[in-house]
Order: sequence, then C-alpha cells, then structure tokens
Amino acid sequence: MSIKKREKTDWVLKQLFKATGLVTIGLLGGIFIMLIYNSIAFFANISPIDFFTGAQWDPGSAKGNYSILPLLASTGLVALGSMLIAVPLGIFTAAFLSEFAPSKLQAVLKPIIEMLAAIPSVAIGFLGIVLVGPGIAKIFGIQNGLNALNGSILLAVMALPTIVTISEDAINAVPKSYREASLALGANKWETLFKVTLPAALPGLIAAVMLGLGRALGETMTVLMATGNASAIPRGFLDSVRTITATIAIEMGEVPYRTTHYFALFAIAAVLFLITLSINLLGEFFANRLRKFHA
Amino acid sequence: MKKKTRSFFNWILLAGSTIIVCLFLGIILFDIFSKGLSSITWNFISALPSDGMTKGGIFPAIIGTILLTFITTLFAVPFGVACAVYLNEYARPSVLTNIIRASIRNLAGIPSIIYGLFGLALFVQAFKLGTSVLSAGLTLGLLSLPYIITTTEEALKRIPNSMREATLALGATQFETIKDVVLPKALPGILTGVILTLSRAAGETAPILFTGVAFYINGLSTSINQEFMALPYHLYMLSTQHQSIEQVRPLAYGTASVLILLVFMFNIIAFYIRFKHRSQD
Repeated sequence: MSIKKREKTDWVLKQLFKATGLVTIGLLGGIFIMLIYNSIAFFANISPIDFFTGAQWDPGSAKGNYSILPLLASTGLVALGSMLIAVPLGIFTAAFLSEFAPSKLQAVLKPIIEMLAAIPSVAIGFLGIVLVGPGIAKIFGIQNGLNALNGSILLAVMALPTIVTISEDAINAVPKSYREASLALGANKWETLFKVTLPAALPGLIAAVMLGLGRALGETMTVLMATGNASAIPRGFLDSVRTITATIAIEMGEVPYRTTHYFALFAIAAVLFLITLSINLLGEFFANRLRKFHA
Repeated sequence: MKKKTRSFFNWILLAGSTIIVCLFLGIILFDIFSKGLSSITWNFISALPSDGMTKGGIFPAIIGTILLTFITTLFAVPFGVACAVYLNEYARPSVLTNIIRASIRNLAGIPSIIYGLFGLALFVQAFKLGTSVLSAGLTLGLLSLPYIITTTEEALKRIPNSMREATLALGATQFETIKDVVLPKALPGILTGVILTLSRAAGETAPILFTGVAFYINGLSTSINQEFMALPYHLYMLSTQHQSIEQVRPLAYGTASVLILLVFMFNIIAFYIRFKHRSQD
C-alpha cells in the first residue's frame, strides 16, 4: 500500500473513532430531550402545581390524579433507609480492608465484595420476597413484610460494593505521611484512623456515599419486588411504598401509547433523571476535591 | 484498662462490619443454592416450560438471555472500544474530550429503567423495530457503553508509550500502531472489562421490560424480530405474577440459581483472564 493510501485510511478511521465519541454526547442529549419532550406533552394537560403538590398518584381514577409526591416520598424513604445501613457498614469495612486486614485476608475479601456486586438485582429482589419479607413480618408481628424497610435492606446490600470500593480508594489515597505524623505524636492507631485518616479521606467518602445513593435511587427490580407497591405517602418504614422506578416498571407495560398517563411516566422519569444526575455531579465534585487536595 | 476496652470496641466495629458484609453474600448464596440447586436437572435446563409454567424447564429463557447478550455484545463492544481508542489514542485533551468524558460518566449514572424508556421510544417506536430481542439487545448495548468505554480506556492507558513511539518511529501510521500493537497488547484488559460488563447486562431486567421480553412464547424463538424469554424476567414473573406462586417456588429458586451461576461463570472467566495476564507480565 502506498504511503498516501495508508495515511488516507488513518484519517478516515480517526474521523470514525471521533464520531463514536460524538455519539456518546448525542446519547446523553437524546435521553434528556426524550424526557423533556414527553414531559412537556404531559404538562400541557396537567398543571405542574398539581403534579408537585397533590397527594395522590391514581392515574386510573376518572379525574386522573398525577401527583409525584407519594412516589418521591417513597423513593426518598427507601433510599434514606438503605444509606443508614450501608454507609456505616461500607466505610468501616473499607477502613478495615485498607488499614488493618493483612494482604492475604484482603485477597479473600475483595473477590467477596466483587461477587456481591455481580449478583443480579432481580435475585436480590427475590430474596426480599422469600427471606427478608417473612423475617420482617415475624420480627415486627405484621402480616406482610413487603415494605420500605425490606427495600432499604436490599438496596443497602446493592449499594455496599460501590461504597466499599470507592471508600477504600479514598482511604488508600491519604498519604502515608499523615498517619506517620499522627503516630509519631503519640496517637494510637484508632485515634489516627478516626481523627486523621478518615477526616482526610472525607471528600472521597462523600463521593462514595453519593454514588451509592445514586445507585439506590435508580434501582428498579429489587424495590419493585420487595416494597409492596402501595402508592400512598408512607408514614414509616413498615409501610408499603411505591418508588418512581417501580411505578414506571408497573405502569409502562399497560398504558396506551401517547395518552396523558403515558406522558406522566416520562415526567416522573425526568424528575428521577434530574435527581440522580445532581447526585452524581455532587459526587464527582467531591471526588475532584480529594484529587486536588492531594495533588 | 479503659483504653483497652475502647480499642476492643473499635476492633469489633470494623471487623464486625466486614463480617456482616461477607454474611450478606453468604446468606444470599446459601439460601438460593440450598433450595435451588436441587431443582436443576437436565430436564430443567433443556426442556420447554409446560402446564402453565408449573412444570418443565427454562430452556427458552436460557437461549433468550444468550441471544440477548450476543446482540448487546455485537453492538456495544465495537462502539465502546472505538470510543475508548479515540479518547486515549487520538484525541488531545480539549473541551470536546472533556464533554465526551463528562457524558460517559453521567450515562453510567442514569437509572436502568430510563434506558428502558429510551429504548422503547427510540428502537421500538421511532425505528419501528417493535418489541423484539433486537430492540432489547440494543437497549442493553446503550446501557453497557459507558462501562465498556471506561474499562477499555483503562486497559489502553496501561500500555507504555514507548511501544507506540517505537512503532511510529518505524514508519507505521497511527491506525496501524493501534491495530497491530496497542490493541493486541491491551486485549486481555479489554476482554476482562467487556466480560464483566456483559455479565451485568445479562442480569438486567428493567431495560428489557418494555423493549421485548415476554413471560411465555410459544415454542422456541431464535428470530431477532420476535419477543423472547429471559432468565431475570422469568425469575421476576415466577416470584411475583404467577397464579400459583407457592407451587412454582422451586422453579423460581432453580431459575435464580441458574442466573447466578451464569453470572459467576462470566466473572470467573474474567478473573482468569486477568490473573493469567498478570502472571505473564
């Protein structure tokens, strides 16, 4: 092949590779536009005030009640519960892994965390039905264990690998000299961990929690299977709840094409999209702060 | 003495947390395998479902999941690798690459059910592919893209620059360098990332809900234009929607076991490639 031809091939392929990069921007833009376009069609029929302040999600009723509040409250409650469980467990596990576990133990523990991350969400949801649900019913003496607490426990399990992995990276990124300085001043290893290492890793730990939270908020199958799906504003963790994701999963299959109800599902998806996007951006902000701090 | 108690308490806090996390995995695997492995017989794996899903096997769901993952691979791998090559080999840091990287990071954070909606709007409706294994595979491909790009880029980054420079100095064009030196050398790393991503895609349910999965299809469909059965959806339906839920519980446990074994198989292959590659270096 002549040089000219080879250079031409090189140029053409470079443009092709570049095009794939542009498609990723197009994909994010496309998802955003699809959500906004369908949401606008929804808000042409239903006022945003009713959407954000009403108390009921009941598209089947004659008037059609489309309020996101009960769904938003459910999503928030389940995610909050999952973080209450997963954040301490995840950060302590990460601290144990990076500061105290001998390397042989690390070699066993890391694959365990990776295996936990690999289990499909539908299998975890299944355990919510057959194991966690009956357990909750027995402990609290209630009829049905499919509620917010069940969803929180399962989502905590799903968010843990993310939180552990990123927290561990954050703790590892704290320079050794910090620990040595603390120990040289007479602090013991616990004081060093809780007063020096973890505070120094804080931005990274926050990033880990944000990414775990983003995962919990966006998870569909586990909450769909394990939380009972009653669409009312929940009063506590033992109430059955119905998250935004579960609502889309239940109703999208049955709803007629391009009706108000159809558009409504895109509108709640748009709200979810904006929430997870802001949480991820926030996580990224803290991750960058950690990087700058140590640079 | 007081200091000792506190130290002991701290130790319990950290080691205890770690033990609980491990217990989660132990409980999941023990419960599913102890009740599910006995359901896995040759008939369960190789037969069609019968008697309203109360008997027979899950063969069509296994085939459906394999076909689905195959379509996802064909679509997402070339695309993702090409994008990673652009970012790591061709592009200099610029506003454009920053925007591309930011898009990729944000795509990875979008809930999977929103990919399902996008697949419905784009593939099923706009491209008129209908609810089919093709639409579902393409949807899962979009979901997998950011992970494939990120892991491929990491694999490319590990290739030392001296190798590229040596090839370029010998007169090869940049594409020839990538094709003959960089990609072959990065292949084990790329494969590991791709297989782990695909194992995630194979276990996903939400993105295929509206794009083509069905609880029951008549016989065995291998056409890409038709609806299909898939293992995760089968487990979901058996455990929540079936008329006689208690009766089909052993089948649900069996399906869960097969699904987890399939995903672990993917993971073990990926670990093996990574391990073998590391020991070569």
